[in-house]
Amino acid sequence: MIALTDTTKPLLQVDHLSIVPKKMPSRLLVNGVSFTIEAGQTTCVVGESGSGKSLTALSVMGLLSKQLQLTQGMVLFNDAERGVRDLILLDDESLRKIRGKSIAMIFQEPMTSLNPVLTIGYQIGESLTTHLGLKGDALKIKIANLLDMVGIPTSRVNSYPDELSGGQRQRVMIAMSIACEPQLLIADEPTTALDVTVQAQILKLLDELKTRMNMGMLFITHDFGVVADIADKVVVMFRGEIVEAGTKDEVLGNPQHPYTKALLACVPDAEGKNPLRPIDYAWLPENQPNAGAGL
Amino acid sequence: MSGDILVANNLVKTYHQRSGKLGFGSTLVKALDNVSVSLREGTTLAIVGESGSGKSTLARCLLQLQPLDSGEVLFAGQDLSKIKGAALRAMRKNLQMVFQDPFASLNPRMRVGEIVGEGLLIHGLGSSAEQQQRVIAMLKRVGLTEADMQKYPHEFSGGQRQRIGIARALVLQPKVVVCDEPVSALDVSIQAQILLLLKELQQEMALSYMFISHDLRVVRHIADDIVVMNKGKVVEAGAVVDIYQKPQHEYTQNLLAAIPGKKTGKKNSTDAVSA
Repeated sequence: MIALTDTTKPLLQVDHLSIVPKKMPSRLLVNGVSFTIEAGQTTCVVGESGSGKSLTALSVMGLLSKQLQLTQGMVLFNDAERGVRDLILLDDESLRKIRGKSIAMIFQEPMTSLNPVLTIGYQIGESLTTHLGLKGDALKIKIANLLDMVGIPTSRVNSYPDELSGGQRQRVMIAMSIACEPQLLIADEPTTALDVTVQAQILKLLDELKTRMNMGMLFITHDFGVVADIADKVVVMFRGEIVEAGTKDEVLGNPQHPYTKALLACVPDAEGKNPLRPIDYAWLPENQPNAGAGL
Repeated sequence: MSGDILVANNLVKTYHQRSGKLGFGSTLVKALDNVSVSLREGTTLAIVGESGSGKSTLARCLLQLQPLDSGEVLFAGQDLSKIKGAALRAMRKNLQMVFQDPFASLNPRMRVGEIVGEGLLIHGLGSSAEQQQRVIAMLKRVGLTEADMQKYPHEFSGGQRQRIGIARALVLQPKVVVCDEPVSALDVSIQAQILLLLKELQQEMALSYMFISHDLRVVRHIADDIVVMNKGKVVEAGAVVDIYQKPQHEYTQNLLAAIPGKKTGKKNSTDAVSA
């Protein structure tokens, strides 16, 4: 399987990616975004609603809405079987072979992302049958292994999503996404809808799986507390542009951009030492309150 | 501060939950198991716990939105469960609620002016001109404009919608406001704005808050006292500082340990910001 992987290149390289609405091509929703993800590492993309973080993730999967258009950029994926390819140039058929197999995604809402009329066992097994051709006992054993790995009793294999709690459903989503042992896992705010204790468990699980399977992870969040727990590298986005990027220690320990500082300052601290601060946009020039970040 | 404005004594609430293969069976779930809490006037009491701990049931029972099996709820010394009909409706003016999901809790077919003014209309407070003035003043106070009255909820962001929800609750000048996870659906960057707004309004209008949350980072900043609930029972109660510094119950300790970003990063970063 390692045959064609070019070990000198990163697992994923997003290069000068720009996205606009087709109806309003002058409005840059994502503007020249570049970052890399290495195998076995987690890159966190941090930003508020509307910063373009989810659009960036969707374009990696080739799942961008038809009303949006990529105007420039490359998404170079270092496929273990086929070498480095630009995912943007691939046709639907080739993308389908990658989705769920080499690149998998976990969505934000475990309540709405699962099919309510299919058992969780079936939904976990779907990609195994499609991509790896697993059937019969081999399939059953693999599904049981996956449930075990994410901490759901294997007796629940025939349960329907509504019979599970929110945390369990998110575990099912994780089991589905890692079924084919993807090289890259994209997680779009996977713990936002969950209780803190469950969030802590899910983050720990993802971190363990990343290490065990040498997976690269693109993790999207608006919460710097979560970043501190899970990130290797951090990319901060504001109004479609990257304002700051670096290792976790660099960005959290010594933030350079005023937006990063403002975003960090408004996370309430559990010790209660610092007063609550609303997000501060004072650093934006007065005459351009709606300006992009490229200032 | 003066005495307790809202007191709940030995509340019990049970639900029948369908069970068995076809759902013909029935098991009893104790959502509230002998719960007693008291809210001091002018302060904030946080109810903390995970999904299913009974904290939202407690909120609904306190406001008489759901009947209790047993126990009493005293508002300013009056037992709410003994008040019925018109008297209870009049009493509701003093007890308002801010809901969790700013997308689901505003009627999409009503204009913001109607949403915020509906309570005034129902309680027949003032002439229609006076009502309009109060709505405008309230919207301005929560950071919206007079022109926003004519808009529909979908024209607003999540944070702005929560401001509308707050305006709707406060325009009646209530004594007690129950906030059911008011910031959990918002970006971290917007949370602080809403929390600070709630704090300012508490000072100005002498409000008492019952603040329901599972986020202990948020609770640390807004609450004076905390009640920790697990499986329908109160497992620990006390002042914020005591509970954060010396949590007695194992469940509280687990909740505190699960706060994201506790170990790394955060401490350095805040130092760097203030430097």
